Amino acid sequence: MIEMYDVWKTYPNGTNALKGINVKINKGDFVFVVGPSGAGKSTFIKLMYREEKPTKGQIFLNSFNVSRIKERQIPAVRRSIGVIFQDFKLLPNLTVFENVAFAMEVIESNKKEIKPRVMEVLGLVKLKHKAKMLPSELSGGEQQRIALARAIVNNPGIIIADEPTGNLDPDTSWEIMKLFDEINLSGTTVVMATHNREIVNSMRRRVIAIEAGEIARDEQRGEYGYED
Amino acid sequence: MKINTLGRHIREGLKNLARNGWMTFASISSVTITLLILGVFLLLALNVNHMAKTVENQVEIRVFLDITADQASASALEKKIEALPDVESVVYVPKDQGLIDLKEQMGENGQFLNGLEDENPLPDALTVKTKQPQSVSTVAEKIGSMELVDELDYGAETVNQLFTWTKMMRNVGFVFIIGLAFTAMFLIANTIKLTIVARRREIEIMKLVGATNWFIRWPFFVEGLVMGVMGAVIPVAILTTGYYYLYNNLHSSLYAQMFEILPTNPFVFQVGGILLGIGAFIGIWGSMISVRKFLRV
Ligand SMILES: Nc1ncnc2c1ncn2[C@@H]1O[C@H](COP(=O)(O)OP(=O)(O)OP(=O)(O)O)[C@@H](O)[C@H]1O
Ligand SMILES: [Mg+2]
Repeated sequence: MIEMYDVWKTYPNGTNALKGINVKINKGDFVFVVGPSGAGKSTFIKLMYREEKPTKGQIFLNSFNVSRIKERQIPAVRRSIGVIFQDFKLLPNLTVFENVAFAMEVIESNKKEIKPRVMEVLGLVKLKHKAKMLPSELSGGEQQRIALARAIVNNPGIIIADEPTGNLDPDTSWEIMKLFDEINLSGTTVVMATHNREIVNSMRRRVIAIEAGEIARDEQRGEYGYED
Repeated sequence: MKINTLGRHIREGLKNLARNGWMTFASISSVTITLLILGVFLLLALNVNHMAKTVENQVEIRVFLDITADQASASALEKKIEALPDVESVVYVPKDQGLIDLKEQMGENGQFLNGLEDENPLPDALTVKTKQPQSVSTVAEKIGSMELVDELDYGAETVNQLFTWTKMMRNVGFVFIIGLAFTAMFLIANTIKLTIVARRREIEIMKLVGATNWFIRWPFFVEGLVMGVMGAVIPVAILTTGYYYLYNNLHSSLYAQMFEILPTNPFVFQVGGILLGIGAFIGIWGSMISVRKFLRV
């Protein structure tokens, strides 16, 4: 569950990226965050995993008050979230298997649990057979599937994604969206900033539209609504 | 922290050291040079200190009596000196005994004094010891004004010189060593910074999936520690062997009777331990200051 109360974000250079956001996202929701370029979507996402701190207002995420927590509590917040980006953010020198296992090693998971769990999530994204390859040997869609596997390997309750299909062709984008849908069906909350009109319009999930730092629309079975 | 995790941190740290081979080498060398100089200074300063103390404890006043003094007046003077405050003991040394002592002191060269027994040029003397070495000069002054005293001799100047020397060495050495230590730290910090920049992406992802700051810091901690300790090993080895030979050679020579130097064991090992500790400290400190900046979210 994610809640924001009168959240403002002003960057150090004076840009008002968000201006009084109020929103409530329930457990198991699937939310598209849409809006023109520069509207504040990425900022909205960054506040959730505490990449940025709000200038004003309160953010609650699971049991954390993300706007108030101390520096040393940030890892705990991050462990309850899986984050996905447009550029995949895989480590080029590690194999597919190692990239996913890395997320478990970093939080000091039991060594015996790592291998079976990594193989399990690689099975979910249908890339078990490429476990020993390097990211550079994979297509963009495959790389994003690995990133997705890494995001879910520690069983976070929430997945947040910033334009996960931004670098992918339409067919590959759909493959990725199907995986997000499956993850959501298993009870995981998904929040996704996107410019992909076709996907938003055909999936008909909750749509939050941000324009110039404010919520312009919040519809349960919404549409993309822009012409870009 | 789990043992597996510790193993991972050590592996990561060593991998990074190997990856930045030349910078690692430069950092280790700078620690080596710093500690080598520091070590030499330490060995010297501690020995000079020790010598000064030894000499200080041996300080005594030699009171040479006037040739006209007879046995009776000599013992009267002895009583008079004994009565002075701060005087510990007074020993009467007749000139015959004085000659024997002198011969003994000169060792092999003492043979040149053979044949002087009949025409002994030495006066009778008194050897005065004070309770504290510091009061030697005041006591000497008082004795000097007494009758029948021809001449006084005490080692005040030797002691003072030794102390001035130690003090100067301490000051010069201190400034020098602090400067070198900072250079070494700076080089280590730079090496670590290189590995951090190379691993920026990795650190970013580690943070995204919820790594704690200490988890991220550990490999760099290992790196710094290894560089510091490796840098200390060479100077410790050089100084230990060097001192061992120096001691064994000096010990049997003439100087050793005048200036006793500290025996190899445990002295050199203590200094070695100190150097290792300082090396580790420089390494860890250097790495931690460069990691700090990168860990701010
Ligand atoms: N680190 C930053 N420092 C200063 N200004 C920033 C920073 N990040 C974003 N901004 C500004 O804040 C505003 C919102 O940016 P944000 O990245 O959230 O937009 P967005 O909706 O994600 O845009 P896009 O669709 O192009 O990704 C923009 O005006 C942007 O220039
Ligand atoms: Mg954006």
